[in-house]
Amino acid sequence: MGIGTALALAGAASAALFAGVGSAIGVGRGGQAAAGVVTEDPNKFSQVLILQLLPGTQGIYGLLIAFIALSRLGVMSGSPAELTVGTGLMYFFACAPMAFVGLVSAMQQAKASVASIGLVAKRPDQFGKSMIFPAMVETYAILALLVSILAINGIPS
Amino acid sequence: MSDKQYYYAVARIRTKELSLLSASFLEQLLGAKTVAEGMRLLTDKGWDTEQTAGSESERVEKMLLSEKKKTRALIEEMVDDMSVFDVLRLEYDYHNLKAAIKQALTTDEHQGIYTEEGTVPSSVMRDAAASRDFSALPERMRDIAAEAMDVLLHTQDGQLCDIMIDKAALEAIYDAGKASGSDILKLYGELKVASADIKIAVRASKTGKDRKFLDAALAKCESLDLDALAKAAVEGTDEICEYIALTDYAEAADELRSSASAFERWCDNLIIRNIKPEIYHPYTIGPLAAYMIARDNEIKTVRIVMSGKINDLPEDSVRERVREMYV
Repeated sequence: MGIGTALALAGAASAALFAGVGSAIGVGRGGQAAAGVVTEDPNKFSQVLILQLLPGTQGIYGLLIAFIALSRLGVMSGSPAELTVGTGLMYFFACAPMAFVGLVSAMQQAKASVASIGLVAKRPDQFGKSMIFPAMVETYAILALLVSILAINGIPS
Repeated sequence: MSDKQYYYAVARIRTKELSLLSASFLEQLLGAKTVAEGMRLLTDKGWDTEQTAGSESERVEKMLLSEKKKTRALIEEMVDDMSVFDVLRLEYDYHNLKAAIKQALTTDEHQGIYTEEGTVPSSVMRDAAASRDFSALPERMRDIAAEAMDVLLHTQDGQLCDIMIDKAALEAIYDAGKASGSDILKLYGELKVASADIKIAVRASKTGKDRKFLDAALAKCESLDLDALAKAAVEGTDEICEYIALTDYAEAADELRSSASAFERWCDNLIIRNIKPEIYHPYTIGPLAAYMIARDNEIKTVRIVMSGKINDLPEDSVRERVREMYV
């Protein structure tokens, strides 16, 4: 396997890796806050569960980018293409938005989710509004996902 | 220590904050015709009013003690290292130290003079004073304990002993606040020491104490110039008010002129106003500390209101002592 192919694989792996790490941290923090609320009021389980899960989407987006990249590289079919260093770098940088924005946005979204869980703890009637605050952070993860998809699809095969 | 993030604990506290007493509830409590009616209102709020033995006063005290224990048990359940809250508990250690030293030098056995809210069990304090061996106490207390006991033994001057220990307590609170690394606990330490210094200055001024006494009693803090405060205290209460008007506590000057209880109420309200932003912090130690301070504040206020009812004090005179609430 050449350096080009290795760079492309590193890009695909980083998308799944960093976005997944961010989501794991985010969902973990949300889970701690959700457990705190449910300890005192088990009736709020379903509301806080949704808020806990919001930072989990970045991990899915990272996985999606990794799948697309690996499919295009032929890794999924068991016959990886030999790429030049230039093409490998193109894959690497195409995956980078999802990797880094995924990591940061999941961690920041967790903060918003935790704050919203606190909001629901005190004012359960404001659940709808409480969803909007962490959902705003999702915008940037979706933008990064789009950029990564467009960039990967734009790389000449 | 305070950099740690308390996602679970703060979310749980958010739910508990719903049962904190509000200003409107206190109005209801003030309006209760009897102690029994007041207790019923508190029962509805989840307070432990099931004590049936003893006088009304004893039942109220048992209820308040039970509520204090509930708060401490809740926080202990969620926070591994309670030392971060030392700033809130040190005053009880020094109270127990004073009680233990005085108890050790008398032949009478006094009941109910200790509290278990400090960081050191009262039995350790009692045994240390009785044996005059303070090595079992935390390092910060050993020297002052030995020194205060020595002074009491040789001079029989209980006030001097109190001043020495009170100053050590204020210094310990101030240092613990700074060491906590938490803005709110640091602020609590600062406000606690500053308000105590102002109270000491006023009392010293009214009882004609000299500069030497003030230098021995006042504890350092950032927001007051102790030299200026002591100088003003020697000159008179009006001079203290004039000095206070130049500090961060300018609003307190009028309260000081009015009465000591009005000033104490102002100090408690100042702390509550300063901790209120913690309602919006989602995962730091701040909301936990704020909840503990808020619970102490509401327990203190309920004690004032219920004591008023037990002693048939006029509603208005009790109302002017009622503290601001956190929620």
